[in-house]
Amino acid sequence: MRALVIGCGRVGSTVAKRLAADGWDVAVIDEREEALERLGERWTGRFIVGHGMDTRVLIDGGIEDADAAVVATDGDNTNLVIGQVAQRRFGVESVVVRVLDPARATLYAELGLNTISPTARAIDELSEWVAAHARSRAHT
Amino acid sequence: MYVIIAGGGKVGANVVRTLLRLGHEATLVEQRRDRYERLEDEFGYQVQQGDATELFVLERAGIARPPDIVVAVTGDDEDNIVICQMAREKYGVEKVIARVNDPRNEEHFDLLGISPTISTTSSVMALIEHEVPEHELVHLLELRKENLEIVEVQLDERSPAAGKRVERLDLPEGARLISVMRDGRAEIAVGSTELRSGDQVLAILEPGRESELRRVLLKQ
Repeated sequence: MRALVIGCGRVGSTVAKRLAADGWDVAVIDEREEALERLGERWTGRFIVGHGMDTRVLIDGGIEDADAAVVATDGDNTNLVIGQVAQRRFGVESVVVRVLDPARATLYAELGLNTISPTARAIDELSEWVAAHARSRAHT
Repeated sequence: MYVIIAGGGKVGANVVRTLLRLGHEATLVEQRRDRYERLEDEFGYQVQQGDATELFVLERAGIARPPDIVVAVTGDDEDNIVICQMAREKYGVEKVIARVNDPRNEEHFDLLGISPTISTTSSVMALIEHEVPEHELVHLLELRKENLEIVEVQLDERSPAAGKRVERLDLPEGARLISVMRDGRAEIAVGSTELRSGDQVLAILEPGRESELRRVLLKQ
């Protein structure tokens, strides 16, 4: 199975390494050459320097035969556009997009894009933790 | 008419100024503090500071009314796409106009159905094509108000259209062939008209689509 990871920051690089460890054939795209360092010395997959908005870079990264695409650059709107290009133009089966802003994540999820908002998750977990902690203290 | 404009650079600021002068209602949204302050001196409450790709910023600007038109002219193509999509999909804004900063991104706007778009590069290229005289394609008449022009094209033996019927041609959107002049006689071009080498063809099209027309009629 082939995966394309766009954006090689903390999130993208770790996802890429996990997928590769699980046996995926992974290609990573980032516009900064130094982002390759995040993948570690043992990285054997492909790394392409370029911007994910550039169709040629996506094709170079193998988007045409990719089974999955993970879009996690540091720009929400960049991710939303690249995610839609991967899904609609290249027909990638599984596309998942990181969107920090919960409002935009929800809206685009309604429009048929798989969005994950780390911010929304943090909000949920923090509130749940406080509520659960208060409950447990009430019992003691 | 109510218009929301995202992006207070030269384009956005001038659009707002013109709309207000024409008596329309408009809100300009600018993200950068320094720019916002300068704009506020001129436009007062009609300019707001914020990131127009944030829903609450758009809502504060009155997107839920909804406006008649949303104009996305920031310097960032991804932002312009997202602003237009949100305006249309979430708030039912019927008309959006977006600026394309990098012409290579034009295909993404097309894919996502964001139109019309304006692109300085494309406009300059269209002007260059228009101004530079070319032998095979002559501009005969410009209908400015209609945004149409009539051109004459001379087909030769290398024309990919020679031997084809008009209805089989993959003409640019909105373009039509008007007439075909052959052996000194002109006839109206209809679907079944077969083009031949040596034909002088009149076509009507939107200015800026000459290169597409040339591809169909001239380039082999």
